[in-house]
Amino acid sequence: MKRVIKMRQMSDNQEGVIRKISTTGEIGRRIREMGIVPDTPIQIQGRAPLKDPVAVKVRDYVLTLRNNEADHILVEVEEDEPA
Amino acid sequence: MKKKIVIALSGNPNSGKTTVFNAITGARQQIANYPGVTVEKKAGRVNHKGHEIEVVDLPGTYSLTAYSLEEIVARDFLVNERPDLVVDIVDASNLDRNLYLAVQFKELGIPLIIALNMVDVAESRDIIVDHEQLSALLEIPVVPMVARSNRGIQELLDKVIEVAKDDDKKWQPAVISYGMDIDQSLDEIEAIIEKSRVYDRKYPARWRALKCLEGDSQIRELLKRDPDLGEKIDVICRRILKHIMDTLDEEPEGIIADHRYGYITGITKKTVKRKIESRLNLSDKIDKVLTSRIIGPALMIVILYGIYAFTFSASETPIKWFEAFFNILKSAVSSVTPEGNLQSLLMSGIIDGVGGVLGFVPLIMFMFFAIAIMEDSGYMARVAYMLDRVLRWFGLHGNSVMALVVSGGISGGCAVPGVMAARTLRDPKERIATLLVVPFMNCGAKLPVYAVLIAAFFAEHKARMLFFLTLLSWAFALLAAKIIRSTVLRGPKTPFVMELPPYRLPTIKGLLIHTWERTWQYIKKAGTVILGFSIILWVMMTFPGPSDEQAKFYEDQQKKLTQSFLASPDVRDWVKGEKDLAGLNGLYDSYMQAVKENDMVSLSKLDKLPLFSVVKAAVFLESENFSKQEMDSAHLNAAARYISYKRDMIDMDVREQQAALKGTIAGWLGQRLETITRPLGFDYRTNIALVGGFAAKEVVVSTLGTAYSLGEVDPDEPSSLSERLKNNPDWNPLKAFTLIIFTMLYVPCIVTVIMIRKESSWSWAGFSVAFNLVVAYLVSLAISQVGTALGLGV
Repeated sequence: MKRVIKMRQMSDNQEGVIRKISTTGEIGRRIREMGIVPDTPIQIQGRAPLKDPVAVKVRDYVLTLRNNEADHILVEVEEDEPA
Repeated sequence: MKKKIVIALSGNPNSGKTTVFNAITGARQQIANYPGVTVEKKAGRVNHKGHEIEVVDLPGTYSLTAYSLEEIVARDFLVNERPDLVVDIVDASNLDRNLYLAVQFKELGIPLIIALNMVDVAESRDIIVDHEQLSALLEIPVVPMVARSNRGIQELLDKVIEVAKDDDKKWQPAVISYGMDIDQSLDEIEAIIEKSRVYDRKYPARWRALKCLEGDSQIRELLKRDPDLGEKIDVICRRILKHIMDTLDEEPEGIIADHRYGYITGITKKTVKRKIESRLNLSDKIDKVLTSRIIGPALMIVILYGIYAFTFSASETPIKWFEAFFNILKSAVSSVTPEGNLQSLLMSGIIDGVGGVLGFVPLIMFMFFAIAIMEDSGYMARVAYMLDRVLRWFGLHGNSVMALVVSGGISGGCAVPGVMAARTLRDPKERIATLLVVPFMNCGAKLPVYAVLIAAFFAEHKARMLFFLTLLSWAFALLAAKIIRSTVLRGPKTPFVMELPPYRLPTIKGLLIHTWERTWQYIKKAGTVILGFSIILWVMMTFPGPSDEQAKFYEDQQKKLTQSFLASPDVRDWVKGEKDLAGLNGLYDSYMQAVKENDMVSLSKLDKLPLFSVVKAAVFLESENFSKQEMDSAHLNAAARYISYKRDMIDMDVREQQAALKGTIAGWLGQRLETITRPLGFDYRTNIALVGGFAAKEVVVSTLGTAYSLGEVDPDEPSSLSERLKNNPDWNPLKAFTLIIFTMLYVPCIVTVIMIRKESSWSWAGFSVAFNLVVAYLVSLAISQVGTALGLGV
């Protein structure tokens, strides 16, 4: 079963597909111009030693975002892992 | 037809734009700023097949919005300067995101060539781009290349000439669909703009309409020049905003971005072939280790420490060459100029001042070389990634780390390029906060000051002390940032939406160019500002100078000493007058010289002179390891009297020099400052040194040397001054430590202040001076007072 969760809730190495970016303004624009737009597949690459920021593989490169920025990104994931 | 072709080089950060620029233009580069802003503008030229091509390097950007300075600069340049075409450097291994910028150039309509760079990297990851198909679908020429190894550069230049020859120079904005609602509004606005007589024709109407819908502040302001039409357009924009919000719960800006990526994905699906879908490439695997929870930070410390060790050991020998060079220069100057003010100006003022700074060039150069490796390899981005959480807590940004490290985060940097490195910060508040705290770091110029004081008072804990001071400077910088960011520069944190570029092996050429650019800034500081300040300081420490009575007083004192020496019964047998005394002095000096140079021939010649036995006895007495049997007591007595006479004469010289210094402008200023600095334990001599340190921190050491009348003190050979301070009853470890901390924190050097002004404003530069002084004073006061209360000041 598929479920939509916030990117922050994803675990390391988990894959998913972007469904929505729920913010506007500068953060929304910067997230989008880096290629995080709906229907884009992503995979969590890892997290910095202090668990923040998070590194995401998207469109063949690695993007980093802070957790509070990742909160604005809704991702559809497979339901096998409980959040 | 021969005419100059102007091309603008554009591309995402990390797309290899700098490499392409260097490959095209070689060493023929000019670096300046875009007018009115602190964005660097590089330009270069190349002749290709009889055409002169001027290449302007636009700032690396991901987009062309009005949100960041770089993007505004880039698009203003395109619109106002109208280059013949844009060459967009696109990373083939990361095609989607790189094409986002290319699509925006298409929307603007400017003639465009895509340089498909790093096809080798893409192929190594099994990403094959069909560049012909890509060119056909985008309707834009595409030149595949590998700029690192110069592949495709000639083909690119051929294509530039071919496209530039095309006389049809009209910009043709591409028509891309953003969905029915937005397309319709675009058409409406475009029609309105085209009707207007007020608007200039610099921007294509369709592009302007698009920017309006994106909520672009710069373009909206421009449209208000025609109030009627501006109002009409505004109504359409608001209507579509409401409509899109109601139906899609998005802003038009977001929808437009989504459609751009939709357009790109449509094209790359047809042109990019992958053998294996998403697997970990080498770079990802390296990251699994280098940014992991425990190994990551540990390795980061090891790497930073390694740079520190490398810089110091590698620069040791070249620094010695510099020293030797300046010594030769000084002896040359002293032999060709007559003794007096001119010689003193040349030697103590100019050569010591400028030489002190230039002497550090090798250290600085290796430092920057190491930093360039970190940057070009991609590791610096990982450091920012790992430290962002920490820096954010102090109100800074992961990207501040670069400025902090360059300024001396690993002891031995320089705040001048450090201040410039703060340019990577987009938010003005975070940038200014970074500018204000980088002068706290332990730059290379502070190290000689530490070295002298540590050698004198903490010699047993040298390495530990330096490491401790490094940690302290970080602590002060971060705490100061926290204070600044929660008071004068309060504001929101900017996003950390950043790319972690793949690890790359740096090219030697790139490293050398990076290193040289920063080193040159440091050298320029020595050649200009430091030179001026050295002269001013020399004047301050020389004039008005001792009065005639003063000079006469010391002359008389020395005469008296000589008379009493000559009258002494111990020496009467050998030294019968001033002539003999001069002979004795001369013999003593030549003997010491000959011993030093191990010159047997001269030694055997000296041996035959009549006064030699006295000199020999004196040397034996001073070295304290003689066997009494060899000497008769008459010789020893004479020698002892001679030694004590010499010491008295030197002592008198020292007192004269100190009195002279006290009588100068600097001496006056230093004494006035004593009222404020007494609680810190600093006397007028320390104050003079600190005032001098405003020009450059190295000056503190050389000035202390002068103030303690040692004549020349070499900042890299601090032993003599250390000895002197150690034996001076006014000095103790507490005072030394207070001075170390004060030196660490007080005013940035004058060049840094000028750089801060360039990167912000006069008022921030002034604030920086005042803020640092206050922090330095309060911290030093606390150390001094608490230390004294604990009984450490003895």
